[in-house]
Amino acid sequence: MNLDELQHRLSELSPVLAPFFSLEFGDAVVGVSSDKLLETARELREIGFDRLGMVTAVDRGEFLTLVYRLQSRSLSSALFVKTKVSPAEPHVASLFEVWPAANWQEREVFDLFGIVFDGHPDLRRIMLPDDFDGHPLRKDYDNPAMIRRPDYI
Amino acid sequence: MAIVDKLGAALDNGAAGAILTSVDALADWSRGQSLWPMPMGTACCAMELIAASFSKFDFDRLGTFPRPDPRHTDVMVLAGTITEKMKPAVKRLYDQMPDPKWVVAMGNCTVPGGIFYYDTYSVVRGADSFLPVDVYISGCPPRPEALQDGILQLRELVRTESISRGKRHARNLLLPGAPAGASDGGGDAE
Repeated sequence: MNLDELQHRLSELSPVLAPFFSLEFGDAVVGVSSDKLLETARELREIGFDRLGMVTAVDRGEFLTLVYRLQSRSLSSALFVKTKVSPAEPHVASLFEVWPAANWQEREVFDLFGIVFDGHPDLRRIMLPDDFDGHPLRKDYDNPAMIRRPDYI
Repeated sequence: MAIVDKLGAALDNGAAGAILTSVDALADWSRGQSLWPMPMGTACCAMELIAASFSKFDFDRLGTFPRPDPRHTDVMVLAGTITEKMKPAVKRLYDQMPDPKWVVAMGNCTVPGGIFYYDTYSVVRGADSFLPVDVYISGCPPRPEALQDGILQLRELVRTESISRGKRHARNLLLPGAPAGASDGGGDAE
């Protein structure tokens, strides 16, 4: 299903979500605010997006963008869900109850970006040692033990 | 403690060299012929380690036969990047290996940290920060021939090691396996 068809189908299946739909660099994106994330996820699961492929985040400075990639077998298509999270108060609802696959993916985002997923059953670090200090994919992360790359390399 | 180790400890304090040489020869001959590696494959170097042990490069002709159980092995081949998270597991597997044991650091990541040396928060910069490494093999990754050469170098090291701790002896001892005059530690005839 191409993107125009997907947009059309989405407005048929879910008129509530249709205004949030947009195209970014040739990908279908549903952008919502972080307090609407859980109901958006339930709605998307309802209309056929049955697979959560990926969860990641981007540090944009003033805010963090949380990115979910969803896939649908019945619609033969995929889309992104994006939401903004404040770096000072990085709380957002866990989507574990909608897609159980979110479990480890959200742990990874928590580990590397420090976003806290409320309602997650087991929010621990997953990639880094348990006693690690800080969230290293944040732009403001610094670790004095790191050896900085000299300019001439 | 093995009987040769007990003997070695007893002979540490300046005992007769003649007896020690014979025991050394026996111990080194028995230890150095067939070093079984523990394949500690933590990243892409493991592919070269696997290639080295299969038929094209044939590790077995050096008596080297990878075993997945640390309790069966003599040498730990560290093949790949070691992260801070993996470090306790590597150390634990090393501790499970019976003495005498050796370590081969294969590939740039285990020697100084390789491409992860700068700006890393998660990679151990050099396996020798927590394990006693005997042979270093550079390369990213090293070819199977380089790994096999590393094992040959390690055999040379094992065969010149004295069971008396901290002492080494010239290469050529009483037992077969070493041609006369090869005492400079050079080429080993297979």
